[in-house]
Amino acid sequence: MRLDGKGQIDRNSPVSFSFDGRRYQGFAGDTLASALLAHDVRLVARSFKYHRPRGVLTAGSEEPNALVTVGQGAAQDPNIRATTLELFDGLEARSQNRWPSLEWDLLALNDLGAPFLGAGFYYKTFMWPRAFWEKLYEPVIRRAAGLGALSGQHNADTYERAHAHCDLLVIGAGPAGLMAAKLAADSGADVILCDEDTRTGGRLNADTQEIDGLPGALWAEEITAELAAMENVRIMTRTTVTGAYDGGTYGALERLPHAVASRKGAPKETFWRIVAGQAVLAAGALERPVAFRNNDRPGIMMASAVRAYVNRWAVSPGRAVTLFGNTDSIHRTAADLIDAGVHVAALIDARPDATCDLDLRFYPGGQVCDSAGRKGLEAISIATPSGIDKIQTDCLAMSGGWNPSVHLTCHMNGRPVWNPEIAAFVPQPGMVPGLTAAGACNGQFSTHQCLTDGLTAATTALQALGRRAAALKSPRAEDTPYAITPLWSVPGKGRAWLDFQNDVTVKDVKQAATENFRSVEHMKRYTTQGMATDQGKSSNTAALAVLADATGRSIPGTGTTTFRPPYVPTAIAAMGAHAQGTGFAPQRFTTSHRASLDAGAPMIEAGLWYRPSVFPAPGETHWRQSCDREVGMVRNAVGVCDVSTLGKIDIQGPDAAKLLDFVYTNRFSSLKPGRCRYGLMLREDGHVMDDGTTARLGEHHYVMTTTTAAAAQVMRHLEFTHQALHPEWDVSLISVTEQWAQFAVAGPKSRDLLNGLLDKPLSNDNFPFMACGPASIKGTKARLFRISFSGEQAYEIAVPARFGDSLFRQLVARAETLDGGAYGMEALNVLRIEKGFLTHAELHGRTTAFDLGMARMISDAKDCIGKTAAQRPGLTDPDREQLVGLKPVGAIKQLTAGAHLFTAGDAPTRENAQGYVTSVAFSPTLGHFMGLAFVQRGPARLGEVITLVDHLRGITTRVEICDPVFFDQDGGRARG
Amino acid sequence: MADLTAKTPCAGLLPLSIGTLTLTEVDPGHMTAVAPLKGQTSALSEALKTAHGMALPAPNRATGKDGARTIWFGHAHSLLIGPAPDPSLAQYAALTDQSDAWAVVRLEGPGAADVLARLTPLDLRAPQFKRGHTARTDLMHMMASITRTGPQAFQIMVFRSMAHTLVHDLKTAIEAVTARAG
Repeated sequence: MRLDGKGQIDRNSPVSFSFDGRRYQGFAGDTLASALLAHDVRLVARSFKYHRPRGVLTAGSEEPNALVTVGQGAAQDPNIRATTLELFDGLEARSQNRWPSLEWDLLALNDLGAPFLGAGFYYKTFMWPRAFWEKLYEPVIRRAAGLGALSGQHNADTYERAHAHCDLLVIGAGPAGLMAAKLAADSGADVILCDEDTRTGGRLNADTQEIDGLPGALWAEEITAELAAMENVRIMTRTTVTGAYDGGTYGALERLPHAVASRKGAPKETFWRIVAGQAVLAAGALERPVAFRNNDRPGIMMASAVRAYVNRWAVSPGRAVTLFGNTDSIHRTAADLIDAGVHVAALIDARPDATCDLDLRFYPGGQVCDSAGRKGLEAISIATPSGIDKIQTDCLAMSGGWNPSVHLTCHMNGRPVWNPEIAAFVPQPGMVPGLTAAGACNGQFSTHQCLTDGLTAATTALQALGRRAAALKSPRAEDTPYAITPLWSVPGKGRAWLDFQNDVTVKDVKQAATENFRSVEHMKRYTTQGMATDQGKSSNTAALAVLADATGRSIPGTGTTTFRPPYVPTAIAAMGAHAQGTGFAPQRFTTSHRASLDAGAPMIEAGLWYRPSVFPAPGETHWRQSCDREVGMVRNAVGVCDVSTLGKIDIQGPDAAKLLDFVYTNRFSSLKPGRCRYGLMLREDGHVMDDGTTARLGEHHYVMTTTTAAAAQVMRHLEFTHQALHPEWDVSLISVTEQWAQFAVAGPKSRDLLNGLLDKPLSNDNFPFMACGPASIKGTKARLFRISFSGEQAYEIAVPARFGDSLFRQLVARAETLDGGAYGMEALNVLRIEKGFLTHAELHGRTTAFDLGMARMISDAKDCIGKTAAQRPGLTDPDREQLVGLKPVGAIKQLTAGAHLFTAGDAPTRENAQGYVTSVAFSPTLGHFMGLAFVQRGPARLGEVITLVDHLRGITTRVEICDPVFFDQDGGRARG
Repeated sequence: MADLTAKTPCAGLLPLSIGTLTLTEVDPGHMTAVAPLKGQTSALSEALKTAHGMALPAPNRATGKDGARTIWFGHAHSLLIGPAPDPSLAQYAALTDQSDAWAVVRLEGPGAADVLARLTPLDLRAPQFKRGHTARTDLMHMMASITRTGPQAFQIMVFRSMAHTLVHDLKTAIEAVTARAG
């Protein structure tokens, strides 16, 4: 019921929303929870396992019960806490985990089966038959129990990631946080002040205490305005700090208000990484429930929450409110309710020595032992020394004391310590380096203590930052001592809830102890206490107190479970914002990308690069048609292919040749300027890392070519070799991959094509096979290399990248006049397999120079990286799988890469494997499929017919082992 | 035969103006990687001063100004941006032409640092990252060079091939920052 005259809601701004399809009206400033309570909607959810009716328990992010789903379709967002969901016009929220409806939930039958469904039930019952677990039991259980569901579609909302930096991060903007922020800001530090609420003030917004004679909320507003006006302060509301990480880094989740988030381009949430020199944790404390029989009915709430609804949102959660607890919190709530004109039916203070001067029915030393009411609270039973009293009530405000929010201090595996004075765990200094706890989360519960502790913590932080603290006095505030008599559970029969979200009762925890799950971590897994979205914020301490009692240990002796980030549920979509789909990695486009797309070429990815697979000609409907034509073009006329993606590393300096001799197996110091050489590079362990050609442009100047996808690895290898192994060498390395657009011009007519373009004509004599040197095209400086990956007479011409698009278009146009054209990756692959040239399909990291038939490329006359390791007997064993060619001789003419090879007649089993196929293609030149493979003692078995079995694709055929060079074995075409 | 025509890395992608922020492609002129030969660092710095009026920058610093600037470019490298390198530098350093290797853009306007905060972990607070400060860092998933060139202006460089992704990522961040501002 809405109260008159109070609160921080804007009664001039009505907001309409719906819950489970019914329309309601609230006000700006409401949460979904406060607006529903204003309409006396108490039943808002069904419980996890037993489908018991549940209502709002708290007024904050710790809420275990009131979870709803917001949004439709792909944007469906489950498990949103109604207590922190800001109301906005048009909000549509739905309840979860009920069927067919919240009011009539058939699965509430589970509740009748409760004696059988306690903790450990699943483990014991669904053990056999084993196969039934995955197929039957689990799906049924998952349907019956659980929280909200995802849509199963790709996330449609916009999320964002961002970074922030500050000297001091203040986590929580209650009295302690505000004082800490103010002192640090006055002292000149860069301050970020985060609070998960929509406004600063913390408990001051929910309570009625005064600070310096002002209502607490107003004081908070004033100090916040002062902070907001300072250039060195950044106030981030709606921002929950979710985790503490190494190096003063904190994760934080910011929820943008709906009005902002609905603008074009704006995110729904931002995940911040905040790097802070120091941090003050002023996260406050959470009130904890008391376990008693049927303490989970809608209408039973935390006393502090009832106070918040009355004072902040002007809502009374009931018309006849009762209070039960063991601290003064219930007295405060009673006073505020009376002040607001709400009827208070009784106050039950479990402390026998409690006094009360309020005008109400008072039960000192009493305990609430049961509740009644089907879908909401109707009455409670009170155990008094003289017997059981029953009282009519529609709202019970309870308090079992306060748990400091120590969560963040534990994120680096530090453990909080038990403080018996306040019957709660408090942080120890130094649990997170650079983080100081202050205020209620540090066990300082009065407003005065919070204010002064905030100042103390900020002073500590400023000192660590090397700054002088400015002069700032703590304002006047209440300093009531905290008096608590621990009360975890009320003895008696029936189920008394500890963990509302996971339906864990006192009995379940005792059961865990009985079955010897005595460690708190074991108890947690056995009962599921503390799991799911609230991570046991309300239940952890009480559950372990019950466990301690059941096992005859003390609470500190029992210990706590581990708090891990995130503090509140955080969408993976926020942490991985903008990394969906193509955002996963940058796209690298060549200079010919546009021209290739214009020609209708489909793109394939090679590393981050996009490369054309084929250039379909009119009438071609299958890639093989295009590929076969392109291969023929290169073999008979001329083809043009963009090879800019290959890594190009510029190596300069007097010791450049030394470096190359050391990283390559063969010699490069003997290479003459103006010539290229093929090189093989080994890893330290003797296996082949990469291959490629290196050109010597000058006495002290080389350009190395690497495989496209290995460019970064090779660069790293060279840098390591130089920086770590031979820092004394005078050599410098830099990638020039991006500087040059480089095109292969391959085929018998390649020289004709180039001679129409270059300023100086080429001949076979002035520019023979493996020559390199400068060239020019109408005055534009270019580099020319006579190298061939197709086996044809071929050149690679490189120009500064700005000319790449233009040169590619001109080369293709010229090729077309010579019956040639552009060719793509498919044809490139066929051409190289015909020649037995290698790619990383063969250099896959487990092959050696020996395996590749290149053992002689490891020079005897010098050392190189990997040489010694490559000589290990295991790496030169003649029985190793070695490179061979394959051609089909069986009925099935298709070969497949990845297939395994077996001696004819052997069963195709793992033990009999003789090798495997790495590359296959149909050769239009030869008219049949061909393959490259590794076969045990392969080179000695040329001519042998073996069996190819592709277990995955279900192909079995016979193949003949042959030389890996299928075409032009003496290489005359490339030299011609 | 037609002449070869030049295309800039961000041709067809920029300029862009959203809210108070602009993103424009910079024509850097020549860009030359300068890597001092062994023991030649100070001689190189002197030669650079004589020829181009700026010293060799310390790590994470830039020297010179718009039109002729040298920025620290990672381990053992600086990048001379603007003038063609004077031949006198060659005796002290390995010089490598990088004029075409990088997409160079300028992000300018109120909120420019907020835009970058969405893409890079760099601490861009004014006292920490002043004019003349530069860094090699992450920009979303790309490795980048970021230099502050004015109170609200940054020069951003990524590999030429990534120009498309660069513009996409910056545009997304600019739109988000602009939307927040309302």
